[in-house]
Amino acid sequence: MEKSFDALIDKEQFEFEYNPIEEKMLLNFGPSHPATHGTLRLVMELDGEVVVKVSPELGYLHHGFEKLGEHRTYNQVVTITDRMNYVSPLNNNFSYILAVEKLFGIEVSERVQYFRMILAELSRIGDHLVCMGTQGVDLGAYTPFLYLWKEREKIYYLFEIISGTRLTVSYARIGGVPRDRDEIPPIFFRQLDDYLENFGATLAEVDRLLTRNKIWLNRTKDVGVISKEDVFQYGLTGPVMRASGVEWDIRVAEPYSLYETVDFEIPVGDAGDVYDRYLVRMEEMRQSIKIIRQALEKMPPGEMNVDSDTKVMLPKKEAVYNSIEGLIHQFEIIMTNRGPRTGKGEAYVPTESPNGELSFYVISNGGNGPYRFRVRPPSFYNYQILPKILEGRLLSDTVAIMSSLNIVAGEMDR
Amino acid sequence: MGEEKNPVIERVKKAFSDQFLGATEALGEVTISVKRDKIVDILGFLKEEDDLKFEMMMDLCGVDYLEAGGFERFAVVYHLYSMTYNRRLRIKAFIPEGDEQIDSVISLWAGADWPEREVFDMFGITINHHPDLRRILCPDDFEGHPLRKEFPVEGTGYRGKFEKITRDMAQ
Repeated sequence: MEKSFDALIDKEQFEFEYNPIEEKMLLNFGPSHPATHGTLRLVMELDGEVVVKVSPELGYLHHGFEKLGEHRTYNQVVTITDRMNYVSPLNNNFSYILAVEKLFGIEVSERVQYFRMILAELSRIGDHLVCMGTQGVDLGAYTPFLYLWKEREKIYYLFEIISGTRLTVSYARIGGVPRDRDEIPPIFFRQLDDYLENFGATLAEVDRLLTRNKIWLNRTKDVGVISKEDVFQYGLTGPVMRASGVEWDIRVAEPYSLYETVDFEIPVGDAGDVYDRYLVRMEEMRQSIKIIRQALEKMPPGEMNVDSDTKVMLPKKEAVYNSIEGLIHQFEIIMTNRGPRTGKGEAYVPTESPNGELSFYVISNGGNGPYRFRVRPPSFYNYQILPKILEGRLLSDTVAIMSSLNIVAGEMDR
Repeated sequence: MGEEKNPVIERVKKAFSDQFLGATEALGEVTISVKRDKIVDILGFLKEEDDLKFEMMMDLCGVDYLEAGGFERFAVVYHLYSMTYNRRLRIKAFIPEGDEQIDSVISLWAGADWPEREVFDMFGITINHHPDLRRILCPDDFEGHPLRKEFPVEGTGYRGKFEKITRDMAQ
């Protein structure tokens, strides 16, 4: 029997004689795999069930956004930022627009800043919901996924009320928010209140399902431990960093967009394993609710956008239709070779996105668009640690670790 | 330009006077321009010294200054962050045209691995002493370096070289 089997194989095809007991197995994980949440690819060397070596291959979702950004005007680039981290697009919008506003030297109104804060925190909740829901599915807990997805749907409904779209919202302009959407409909606040009221119950339900679940604990505790030294070595940020015991949050350390006026706590883990990252995300959502409530209280009434005399914001429609100045102004902003310009300079504004530090490094040389448009993607830096924490673990830990790092391929490959 | 006032700039200027090219403070951000020859020493100095302690490298990216050209054609930009003193610093190392290379800083931060590969991929700047210098985002057989200013945004027809699969071949 064995002899005939050997005869079937053309041995010269293989570089080595394959012996499953002594040789290591090469496994191709991805790029299209349900557990990778995007086109991530790992080439793994396995010794039985133990992962010996991992080499991530990137670039399957490379769009050339940085190149494209150099050929678009400042406002057009906002639509590109949506498509990077498509799970929390508003954080990307605001991070980019803060860098451009710094470059232009524009101070937006308090109302817009608080409104941005509310939307950014909602977006953060949405991102964490996706992360935790899919992590549950990966580890065999399907029920929490359904509860969390329902909540995420409600957040998308809120985004739809204010921007008209669910996923690619592009809800940011230099100096405020899009002119045709610059009045917040009252139904948004009613729905938001309703949401804040009921969100806690869902979170408590998921908490009951997962936090002390024995299977969940076995799959996540002491898995994928990241030490404090590695956080600094690899430039890790966000929940991954905080789960390893580093108490640092850009919203507190270098506040932007009036975050210094709200009061919240930074959840910190100590073990740095998958379970701690789960707990940190869980608590961050509760803190986000706290921030939204405070921002709603502090949000002053009044005009949203900066005055159109600053020449960065479109004039009101009444001015366009009823005065020649308004019409010229409208053309000055929307014509392809015009648009707002600023002098030479460069700006880098660190912001706390759901995955970590997200910053846009925008260089201007006096044109109507960025000369260099660089993204500091948190996923790109957080993903680098994967080979180090995965090697020596079981194959089944791969999905637990990968989903806890919450890698978004669109942001990583840009 | 408060060049004299900022202690970080003064420290770097004193310790590496032959490498120092200039410094600016604009929009609350400090930028120090240096030569590329001793970049590992400069960043190591900034990381280790007790009164500087820039222990995190937040970002590493390349820039193509086509207009400047010549000696200042390319720059590799390091965004450093000091958690101890809560301050940021931008280091720019200029790279001349025709001799695009710089030393790797992996010895200081393991996280510099992929960003340096990206700089190589996008700008064609060779990173010396890098353990695994391959393209990272573009395919291995890609020609050209996309983020150089002379590279057209429409591409150079890389996709046109793909083999066309006809109906006969599929059967």
